[in-house]
Amino acid sequence: MPLLEVEGLNAYYGETQALHGVSFALEAGGITTLLGANGAGKTTTLRAVCGMVPTKGTVRFDGRPVAGRPTEEIVRLGVGHVPEGRGTFTTLTVEENLRVAAYTRRDRAAAQRDLDMVFEYFPILKVRLGQQAGTLSGGEQQMLAISRALMLGPRLMLLDEPSFGLAPLIVQEIFRIMRRINAEAKVSMLLVEQNAALALDLADHAYVLETGRIVMSGKAAQIKSDAGVRKSYLGY
Amino acid sequence: MEQLIQQVASGLANGAIYASLALALVMIFVSTNHINFAQGEMAMFSAYLAWQLMEWGLNVWLALPLVMALSFAAGVAIERSILRPLHSAPVLAVVVVFIGLLTIFHALAGGIWTHTIKAVPSPFPQVTFPGSAYIGSHQLGMIAITIAVLLALFAFFRFTPLGLAMRAAAQNPASARLAGISVDWMLALGWGLAAAVGAVAGCMVAPAVYLEPNMMASILLYGFAGALVGGISSPGGAVAGGFIVGVLENLIAYLGNVIERATGVYIVGNGEKLTVALVIVIAVLTLKPSGLFGRVTVQRV
Amino acid sequence: MASTVLASGTAADRAPGSLRRYRWWLLLIVLPVLLIAGGKTGLVSDFQFLQLSLMIVYSIAVLGLILLTGFNGQISLGHGAFFAVGAYTAAILIDQHDWPFWATLPAAALACFVAGYLFGLPALRLEGHYLALATFALAVAVPQILKYRHIEPVTKGVMGINVFKSDPPFGLPLSNDQWMFLVVLAIAALMFWIARNLLDSRTGRALIAIRDHPMAAGTMGVNVAHYKTVMFGISALYTGIAGALHGIIFEFVSPDSFRFELSIAILVGAVVGGIASLPGAVIGGIFVQVIEKYADALTKKISAAVQLPLELEPWLIYGIALIALMYAMPTGIAGGLAALWRRLRRL
Repeated sequence: MPLLEVEGLNAYYGETQALHGVSFALEAGGITTLLGANGAGKTTTLRAVCGMVPTKGTVRFDGRPVAGRPTEEIVRLGVGHVPEGRGTFTTLTVEENLRVAAYTRRDRAAAQRDLDMVFEYFPILKVRLGQQAGTLSGGEQQMLAISRALMLGPRLMLLDEPSFGLAPLIVQEIFRIMRRINAEAKVSMLLVEQNAALALDLADHAYVLETGRIVMSGKAAQIKSDAGVRKSYLGY
Repeated sequence: MEQLIQQVASGLANGAIYASLALALVMIFVSTNHINFAQGEMAMFSAYLAWQLMEWGLNVWLALPLVMALSFAAGVAIERSILRPLHSAPVLAVVVVFIGLLTIFHALAGGIWTHTIKAVPSPFPQVTFPGSAYIGSHQLGMIAITIAVLLALFAFFRFTPLGLAMRAAAQNPASARLAGISVDWMLALGWGLAAAVGAVAGCMVAPAVYLEPNMMASILLYGFAGALVGGISSPGGAVAGGFIVGVLENLIAYLGNVIERATGVYIVGNGEKLTVALVIVIAVLTLKPSGLFGRVTVQRV
Repeated sequence: MASTVLASGTAADRAPGSLRRYRWWLLLIVLPVLLIAGGKTGLVSDFQFLQLSLMIVYSIAVLGLILLTGFNGQISLGHGAFFAVGAYTAAILIDQHDWPFWATLPAAALACFVAGYLFGLPALRLEGHYLALATFALAVAVPQILKYRHIEPVTKGVMGINVFKSDPPFGLPLSNDQWMFLVVLAIAALMFWIARNLLDSRTGRALIAIRDHPMAAGTMGVNVAHYKTVMFGISALYTGIAGALHGIIFEFVSPDSFRFELSIAILVGAVVGGIASLPGAVIGGIFVQVIEKYADALTKKISAAVQLPLELEPWLIYGIALIALMYAMPTGIAGGLAALWRRLRRL
């Protein structure tokens, strides 16, 4: 059974329809990426999965229908969302950011283990523990955002443009760590990225979105070698 | 000189009340961006509840926590039932609903307990202590209780997981939801706490003035002034602002008396305190809306 | 707020040769004639004329608030202040300077316009909740301001001012109450007519644009600051004239007649009637007066019938009405009726 199943998903911003009948499935274990130009509906898809925008259609997480449920409920089922813009609690400290993400965890011991894991992946956060999160650099805030999602103990992580506004070296480091998280902590990932080359290197599967519709799907390597994709999204 | 100290001390005592109200107002403002115009009447209603419980024989130090709990519950109920559906309503609709709540509480208090003023005894023992010349035991008690409540709240928000979740929900509701926090319930709890804090203010002030439905109307204005002076987005600032306004209004009246005695010219006195509060409100709103400690928010186009 | 609330009627109303446009004028002439006839024959008592006058006076007050809040988007919880300024202006001029009552009205209008304009200047910086807060503060402070020692020689402080009504002129065979009713009706008609023309004009559209999209209006060349302050003045002027008329009819003004409750009552009238509707102002004015007069008796009857342990207060009705309306009928009774009318026409 796929970890995440989306069928005939329509999403709306007020009167405008942003997604038209989007359907895809994600098996547990891998990294899938959603590609597309600005405004194609990538962020909307992630938001729709999390119940942050009004939708019609089916979304199933781990076999359970979640469409129409409030965001906080879906999140508690095991979906960690690293939002566009990082979503940092800027006036809280780094430590408080991490603690608040673990608010809903029942198993305190597991939460503590996850915290140790976070510090292993992102040692800089331990250094900055008492600092106000808003004073962190862009890369550090991205690490914090990923960590907050990890502190939920998720089975699936949704990442919205993690490379945005970051220097290439930092992005590489973060993507390396994401691969580790996927392999070691067994967290499946759905990655939305504008940086198609980077995303296709990391991912196993890929979907391409255009104006709210899926126009291409397949293994990442396949998509990467597709001439149309190369021209439109990879620039060569 | 002695009179000046008395005025400052009494200003601090009044300021304690204003600080409590200001804090309640700011707590609601920070989480919902609404101004609770009904805060004063809710506090007054709580004070009547306390009075009633004591009339029925309950000891004051049991009545007070019980009333706080009841007010908390009422606050949660009001937020969930009446205010929640208005989250995305236009500002005018929300303001009108708050005014509606104001009148309902006012009318209920008058209807249940009549408009006859009631004298409420102070819960604090009337003893003489060093400094009694400057400040009464009730006034000292007001300050002490207020500080105790404020410290408890501070500790709650700073050190407990629930307090942290509430802060997060107020600061960034979208991210809080992504952390699995039920933001709607956090707002309701915030309302409950604000109502409880307001109840403390109402119960503290009732022995000092007479208990009657109009008791809190002007005090609310001072509370607003305090919240604005301190910064309506800053709980700590609101508390400081409340105390500042309390002392300031007394000092201005005192100054007015001094000038009158010296020169025979009357500018302001005790009868102009509300007007002074009005001037403070308008001045802060137009000159420095973020107050002393608050932050200015930029309005997105 | 619905943007389709320009109270301009339909195109058919304005077609040349149409009799429908004169329906209001007919009403304005026929109705008073009938009422006065009733008065002469004893069917309509003087007391009832007084009630009617007060309803109209409150309608004018509510109209002032509606112009500012409903059509221009500036929330005011403090219109009782302008009501008071109008009332005191009239009272002082009549009592201390022997002005005839009709001459005090333009004076009150001017005084209130200035007061409103002056308040509108700092109010430029304030929006939504903050403006509500500032006007709330004003409303609470009004009685105290009126008792200020330095103006006491003129305002007579707590004692208030007694105003004496003069008899109907030209020896008309009308009682005082009947005469005042006609006066108030005529003034109300004039003021509503002015308001309707104001709203239908370019100015009116600018006001509504400022209400709905202040930033956009500004970028389109509308001098937002100018319109907003002038509107505050005009709104205050309207409510102030109502205040003056009220003072004249009641023959008494004092600081405690203008407490915070008055501002709320005007707000209630505006919301109940229809915050952005001229006919709504009339409904609102009637509502306020009816509640003030009859809610007392009504609540006593309900209390007795249901045997509640508490006394229902009239203000409880205000509060419940406010909240219920925001849920069920945010456009007020006028808006609700208009919607109903539109639905019926489609049947």
